[in-house]
Amino acid sequence: MTPLLAATTPSEQAEFVVFAVLAPVAVLSALAMVLNRNAVYSALLLVVNFFCLASFYVLLEAQFVAAVQVIVYAGAIMVLFLFVLTLLGIGNEDVLTETIRGQRPAAAVLTVLLLVAVGAALLGGVLDTPPASLAQANEGGNVEAIGRILFTRYVFAFEAAGLLLVVAAVAAVVLGKRRP
Amino acid sequence: MRVGPGAYLLLSAVLFGIGVAGVLIRRNAIVVFMCIELMLNAVNLSFIAFAKVNGALDGQVLAFFVMVVAAAEVVVGLGILVAIFRKRSSASVDDVNLLKG
Repeated sequence: MTPLLAATTPSEQAEFVVFAVLAPVAVLSALAMVLNRNAVYSALLLVVNFFCLASFYVLLEAQFVAAVQVIVYAGAIMVLFLFVLTLLGIGNEDVLTETIRGQRPAAAVLTVLLLVAVGAALLGGVLDTPPASLAQANEGGNVEAIGRILFTRYVFAFEAAGLLLVVAAVAAVVLGKRRP
Repeated sequence: MRVGPGAYLLLSAVLFGIGVAGVLIRRNAIVVFMCIELMLNAVNLSFIAFAKVNGALDGQVLAFFVMVVAAAEVVVGLGILVAIFRKRSSASVDDVNLLKG
């Protein structure tokens, strides 16, 4: 995964340091998000996790997606979550009684099985891929390159996404309306 | 030391697993929603890692579209949650059992 190579450039060393610091933060914040009783703390821990992911996107030469991650996810979506949390009242905590007997152990077993399967698939080949570079694709700037590809090859998907957002906005208004 | 794409893929798998565990364990519908967001972000991380492996930007564009769909999904999902809460005064996923036979 991280071969000890003598010929590493300073930027690769910097990437290693940032990754080694932020990867545990990302995993721990995700774990704490799942395990926390208070839903507001969960939301704030998820924001921490999103910021870690945005830093990883920068390390992976995806500056545009990193900015969108901070603005849309950490900014807009999580604020919406906190809005609804405060709207519904944060007083009602999780019910601890299990509706389905043995659900929690079964969930743990299933999760471990999933991780083992994905880990085996990763060990089957992808782990040793040498780090490539996006320098050629990113020529002239990441945002420009993304814009070029978004408005040529993916223009239909882009328009469909716009339509989807309009439908979602209308749906939110209809769902939120009080019926007489 | 050098970080290969494999490290990012492994991290993405771990984050996805945590999200799955959260959806299966938690009863609060809003927290379940947040765990779904965590899984979407884990998949986004693999998309962007694979974009770097392939040296092409298509993975990043796909991650962008995942974010758009996630935003739409959150808006509708939270709207439904608020509507259910108005009717039943509860945000627990176990209380929504009207369709139970």
